Amino acid sequence: MPETNEKAGQDFEQVLDQSATEVASFDHRDRSPVERVQHTLHSNPAAVPLIVLVMSLIVFGLIIGSKFFSPFAMTLILQQVAIVGFVGAAQTLVILTAGIDLSVGAIMVLSSVVMGQFTFRYGLPPELAVLCGFIVGGLCGFINGALVALVRLPPFIVTLGMWQIILASNFLYSANETIRSQDISKAAPLLQFFGNKINIGGAVLTFGVITMVLLVLLLNYILNHTSWGRHVYAIGDDPDAAELAGVRVKRTLISVYVCAGLICALAGWVLIGRIGSVSPTAGQFANIESITAVVIGGISLFGGRGSILGMMFGALIVGVFSLGLRMIGTDPQWTYLLIGVLIISAVAIDQWIRKISV
Amino acid sequence: MTEPILTARNLVKRYGRVVALDHADFDLYPGEILAVIGDNGAGKSTMIKAISGAVVPDEGEIMLEGKPVLFSNPMEAQQAGIETVYQNLALSPALSIADNMFLGREWRKPGIAGRLFRQLDRPAMEKFARDKLSELGLLTIQNIGQAVETLSGGQRQGVAVARAAAFGSKVIIMDEPTAALGVKESRRVLDLILDVKSRGLPIVLISHNMPHVFEVADRIHVHRLGRRLCVIDPKEHSMSDAVAYMTGAKMPEQMEAA
Repeated sequence: MPETNEKAGQDFEQVLDQSATEVASFDHRDRSPVERVQHTLHSNPAAVPLIVLVMSLIVFGLIIGSKFFSPFAMTLILQQVAIVGFVGAAQTLVILTAGIDLSVGAIMVLSSVVMGQFTFRYGLPPELAVLCGFIVGGLCGFINGALVALVRLPPFIVTLGMWQIILASNFLYSANETIRSQDISKAAPLLQFFGNKINIGGAVLTFGVITMVLLVLLLNYILNHTSWGRHVYAIGDDPDAAELAGVRVKRTLISVYVCAGLICALAGWVLIGRIGSVSPTAGQFANIESITAVVIGGISLFGGRGSILGMMFGALIVGVFSLGLRMIGTDPQWTYLLIGVLIISAVAIDQWIRKISV
Repeated sequence: MTEPILTARNLVKRYGRVVALDHADFDLYPGEILAVIGDNGAGKSTMIKAISGAVVPDEGEIMLEGKPVLFSNPMEAQQAGIETVYQNLALSPALSIADNMFLGREWRKPGIAGRLFRQLDRPAMEKFARDKLSELGLLTIQNIGQAVETLSGGQRQGVAVARAAAFGSKVIIMDEPTAALGVKESRRVLDLILDVKSRGLPIVLISHNMPHVFEVADRIHVHRLGRRLCVIDPKEHSMSDAVAYMTGAKMPEQMEAA
């Protein structure tokens, strides 16, 4: 270092000249296999849910046999988790910022109702009605984001309130009226676009499933390879540090909730394709199911850690368990029981990985 | 004497009924190390935050190179060339070293990948981060992609200082850079400060450590009760004088030196 040697610093520092010069190095004792596993899991947050997914597939396959591994059953799982996958993607964005969004399911249903009612009540062209559904979804997200970022209310409270408000508006506006599937396919097939199927040798892929996978891959790219994505993680990690480092925290937070709202609107459109009709009572448990997928997917509820791919694996794990247990013929309550066990184990494993891994 | 590069006049900041800054003044000259000392609660941190954009003062003005500036957030101060190393370092533990250095000013890939797909230029950022760290003699870190939470306290400090030195073009502010460090790491950081100074960048150093302050500072700004009490020359005053001034045990002979 320049200059300092002639100045020589403080008296007590004179001895530093003779002090050991080797850099503090890592202790290269052989790490135990357990530690090595722990380290690998720490650097790949989506690995645990992927392993659980593969293992549950193997176990159910061994019990049920080839019927379970048929292309039909495999793609059925995908169809059943598609909606949760969309809503879970929205939930992931919010949870990565150390927030939570309880209103995702409500936004989804309201958007789908708006798409349906605008077409059938006001006679708008379906394209325009879909656009209006997206605007409503984005607006709900914006209100959430503004209350969280600008008014500084806790996300739990904001979205708990918005959940009730949106759900009530949904029932008031739709007058609890369902639009029948036949009417939609006759007058506005665009609304059922995501219900279209591709058959490949017994495997049935709906457009909704394909879009869900593409959306998750797109978000995975955005979260890891753009500055917006890095800022989302930084805000979840430590919002004050992010602010001081020069991240526009408020703006980014609002954009996260708006994105979540838009994804929920997309989920609402896909929902019409999935169930055929537009029903204000659909998707009642989407918010809880999305949080389940996120948690089983190894994303930390405290923000800043986890991968959106993990969320998709988490949703698939739930799908594999539901279908597998149904094919075995057990009481459906066993599914819920096992999912409860999975949630708690997922968080326990997460804590263990983070404890000493360096 | 030359013109100060950064001045503040009559800064006032109130938090409810607490007056953190009571018409405080501040001057920083080009190429110098100015130490800011003061008792706990004297308002040092608030003043520094006002200069670095983290706090907007209620009254008063700040001039950078003679032009009045008003920062409403840290990003604007950074764009003006003022970089700050905060006491809590302002690092994101789960992000990598390179991501942290570029947080808020990421580089995008050239061409469509960057413009249309907004892809980050990871290789370039990592190379730049590695160069800056080794330039400052800090590279005992093997992997630039490793998360900051896996680093020791001294290494984290090094990353924060390297970030400031890499991007600061006019002024670097350091809040208690040696507070959490051992003897050897403190020496590193002091060397680093002198190294940065030798490149012509002025530095504001906030510290409670009198030996460190007297070793590196060219002038010492004593802050007391929300305002500047005096500016002393470390060659003409002893550490006990400085401590006496900042605690109010003694008043400086000629109030207002600079």
